[in-house]
Amino acid sequence: MKNLTMKTTAFLVALAMMAAAFTGCKSEPKDDAVKAAVETALLGNPHIAGASVVVEKGVATLSGQVPDDATKADIDKTVASIPGVKSVVNNIAVVADTPSVAVAQTDMLTNAVKDATKDFPTVTATVNDGVITLKGEIQKTNLQKLMMALNALKPKKIDNSQLVIK
Amino acid sequence: MALQEKYKELIDTATAQGVNNLNVREQDGILYIDGDASGSVKQQLWDTYERLDPNYSSGDLVMNINSIAGVTEGSKLKVTTNSSNLNIRSGPSTDADIVGKAARHEVVTLVSKANDQWWEIKTDDGEAGYSYTQYLTPL
Repeated sequence: MKNLTMKTTAFLVALAMMAAAFTGCKSEPKDDAVKAAVETALLGNPHIAGASVVVEKGVATLSGQVPDDATKADIDKTVASIPGVKSVVNNIAVVADTPSVAVAQTDMLTNAVKDATKDFPTVTATVNDGVITLKGEIQKTNLQKLMMALNALKPKKIDNSQLVIK
Repeated sequence: MALQEKYKELIDTATAQGVNNLNVREQDGILYIDGDASGSVKQQLWDTYERLDPNYSSGDLVMNINSIAGVTEGSKLKVTTNSSNLNIRSGPSTDADIVGKAARHEVVTLVSKANDQWWEIKTDDGEAGYSYTQYLTPL
């Protein structure tokens, strides 16, 4: 009798856990999607490009540095409003002499550069420390469009010296 | 200051054309110009930039003139791709699935702005999703 009860209990617990897990998966956006949404929002605000984010089980942990408390609070508010973010852990450092030029963080910038160059398959772009380096080739008529798109991503610098312009 | 001299014509044009929130500063040998303006002013500034630095090869300027700042939800946008259809995607990234297409010169409606690069739009025949703002021009 004792064994049967324990087995049943174990089965019920397992069932409950599975139910909980399935409920969790279906009703909440996955962490990857939430991270992408947070990065999207951060990239769009010209004043808050100094942050990066990790999302686990809906908890968004922010790091990086910004020049003042107001900017740090602004980021907090923006991230908290993203669907799927349950809470925000804000570890952003306020450093008074953070450069006034906001440069996008590498992960976000790399993804954004990938989107921008998607229509120009003969161009390869690498991102390092905020610097976008372009290689490959491009038609002269497309160059302005590509440069416009890349300049909007808040890079530190765009180096197209190795890009062949036809 | 040398860079502000090199690009003086560009800065003067931006000021004369009434670019909003114009911000010009130099850091580590690169000039940064930011601001909001209409699409035509943005084009004018880019043409000036190209003239001052052919092929943008000096790599000493990052200019972000935002021509889409004032566009509100519900606005009509024209699809201005070079020649092809515009992809409509399930999310704000080229990694997201394509869920529809809008034809070149088709007029779509802005639903919401995810960020400056991706907007959620809908077409007259009900296709909805995210498209790259590079190819969307406010009417």
